[in-house]
Parts: sequence; structure tokens; C-alpha cells
Amino acid sequence: MSLDIGVWIGALLTLGIFSFLYRDNPFYKLCESIFVGVSAGYWFCVFFFDNMVRKFYFGVFPSEAGIEPKYFLIVGAVLGALMLTRLIPSIGWISRWPLSFIVGATAGLYMMLFFVSNGLNQVADTMLPLYRETAGGDFDPAETLGTILVFIGTFTGLIYFFFSKEHKGLFGGAARVGIFFLMVTFGAAFGYTVMSRMSLLIGRMDFLFRDWLGLLG
Amino acid sequence: MRREVPLLITFITGVVFALSYFIPGGWLGQTERVFGDWITIVQAFAVWLGVLNLLKISLIKIQRKEHDWGYSVVIAVCLVGTIAAGMYSGFAPQFESFRDPETPFNFIFRNIFAPLGATMFAILAFYVASASYRAFRARNREATILLIASFFVMGGRVPLLDSIFMPIIDGTFFADFAGWIMSYPVTAGQRAIAIGIALGIMASSLRVILGIERSHIGGGN
Repeated sequence: MSLDIGVWIGALLTLGIFSFLYRDNPFYKLCESIFVGVSAGYWFCVFFFDNMVRKFYFGVFPSEAGIEPKYFLIVGAVLGALMLTRLIPSIGWISRWPLSFIVGATAGLYMMLFFVSNGLNQVADTMLPLYRETAGGDFDPAETLGTILVFIGTFTGLIYFFFSKEHKGLFGGAARVGIFFLMVTFGAAFGYTVMSRMSLLIGRMDFLFRDWLGLLG
Repeated sequence: MRREVPLLITFITGVVFALSYFIPGGWLGQTERVFGDWITIVQAFAVWLGVLNLLKISLIKIQRKEHDWGYSVVIAVCLVGTIAAGMYSGFAPQFESFRDPETPFNFIFRNIFAPLGATMFAILAFYVASASYRAFRARNREATILLIASFFVMGGRVPLLDSIFMPIIDGTFFADFAGWIMSYPVTAGQRAIAIGIALGIMASSLRVILGIERSHIGGGN
């Protein structure tokens, strides 16, 4: 059994969270409250040192000679400070200014990023010649079949998401094929989710039985 | 002031970020970089706002002695304690950074934050198991397809199926089959979803930039 105080704290907190599997209880609620408080404090410190100290403070007051101070960062700090007005109800509406800045920037940035990466690039990778050849110039049946499958799956999947026309007749048939591909995708995603959660669970069990109790070699 | 200024700010920042994709250099690119720096700083204040709000709510609950107020004491103490540990770790001269392995802040991260976070997600494994039971009852054709796909992906990505069927099927048949599923049918489905997301984000971003969508400033006219 471990004699490290840190391991003991980690182990007791792990057991506290696992106790929820029995039912909601004070031990779980205590660990949950610790998690809420610690994680809020953790992110506060991370953003304080990474964004405020490193980016803002050392930007405006460079620590090395010869580096130009970036006074324009003060405007960002003023904008950020306006966000705190939300805590004062009478002037809380001012906090919409920095919020609008973030929302506008995100909208403009994501509009182009998603248009290129999720839109244009995906379409370009789908609109390929269906007849595929090996490096030696021979017919490649496996790659050809795969390319056809990807083309049909993408096209019919998009048809399924097109709700302006009723899914009947040929259009409805194509939408049903699209559902088939989407279900395979969701099945794979589900499988990966199960595996990742199991992996975390194994990690926690390994911590309890190896690091804390020392039962595993 | 209350509506026009936020709409104008949204429009200007949105247009700057969208246009700077096409004109990355010059004053437009420079403005985009300045705006990017401002965002980093505003983000920090946004986190502060969240933390201060959490503290305010917890203190009000303690003051009014509401139901389960004792847990609010735990939240407030842990919050203030972690911040105090972080500030000490960041400013004390014996440490190079607040992330140094010897700092109290790192002790909290390693022994409280990381185990709690990992266990919170690990506990979902049990609920995923019950969700699997409901999903895998294969009541219709779509559920059957989902079942088959997840069965082969799970069994193929770890050497489970290949080990079980080793006496009958030699090699890595199931691992290869899982790879094939991921490379073709799953890619097709993901592309359809990705293109749909792109169209949706473009439409909603345009609505936000042009001021048609106003929920972030409280909605209405």
C-alpha cells in the first residue's frame, strides 16, 4: 500500500466519485463540490498566467530590452474588463460589447474555416475519378470500390439531410441508403466512445490496485 | 447604444475575420492579428467572470443557509485555495513557473484535479454499458446496422476478435475489416455530416454577422 499522501488523496476522491454507482450520497457530493471548486480555480490560474501575465503584461511591459511594447493590448484589457460589468445589474448591458466582439470574431473565423475544411475540402476529396489505378497503372478494384462507396455514401447522406423535399420515391430511397451509411458512422463513433470510456476506467482501476493498494506488480 | 453598438461590433469583427482569410497581409491581416490578441485577453476575463459568479452564488447560498449549503462552503474553499496555491506557485521566486512539478499548484493538479476529472469520465463507462444494452437490442434495421458496425469496430480495433477466431481465421482479418469500415462507409457518413455542419455554420455565421441572429445581445429588435 502506498505511503504517498497525494496517492491517498487521489484514491479517496476516486472512490468518492465511484460511490455514485451505488446511489447519490454525501461522499459523492463532497467530491463533486471539490471538483467544481478546484477546476474553477485551476482554469482561473491557467488563464491568468498564460493570457494575462504572459500575453498582456509582458506584451505591454516587455521584460527584454529592444522589444516594442504592444500598447494596443490595453484596449483588449479594457474590453475584457467591461465583461465583468455583468456582475453589476445596473450596468450589466455593457458586457454585451466584449461578448459581441467574441461572437463576431468566432462567426467570421468559423464561417471561413468550416467552409474550407468541412465544405470545400470534403467535397474535393469526394469528387474523385471513380476508376482507380495502382501505382503501376493497373486497375485497382479495392480502391475503386471504396471510392464508389464513399461517393454514394456522401451523396445519399446529404440527401437524407435535405428536408426541403419530402423523402418519397427515388429521393426517399436515396435517403434510406444515406441512413445506412449514417448508422454505420454512428455505430463506429459509439464503439470508439465505449472504448475510450473503458480505457479511462481501466486507468482508474490500475491506479487504485497498482499505485494505491500495490496489489499489481 | 444597447443594441446598435453590439451589432456594429459583431459586424466589424466578423467581416475582418472573414475577409482576412482572402487578404491575409496588409492592414486587414494586421487588424485580424490585433483582434486575435484581444480575444486572448477577453477570454481570460470571461473565465474570471465565471469564477467570480461561482463564488458569488456559493456565498449567497451560504449566507442564506439554503439546502446543502455545506457543499457551497467546500466549493468556495477549494476555489480560493486553488487560486491561492496557483498565485503562490506563479510568483514565489523558488519556482520557475506555476506548472513546475514541485509547486503546490501542480500537487493539486496531479492529486485532485486529474484523478477527479478522469474518474468523472470513467464512471460514464457504466452508463455507456446500459445505453449499449438499449441500443443493441436491434429492434429495427437501422439499430441492427449500428450494432454490427460498433461490434466490428470495437472487436477489431483491439485484438479481441482476431484472438478469439485465431484457430479458424489466421492473421488480422477483423482488424483489417474494422479498418475498412473506418476508411470507407464511416468516411462517407462523416463527410455527409461534415458538409452539413459546414453549410449550417456558414448560414448561422452570416446571420450573426448581418445582425439577423441577435440572441447573444438578448434577442428582439
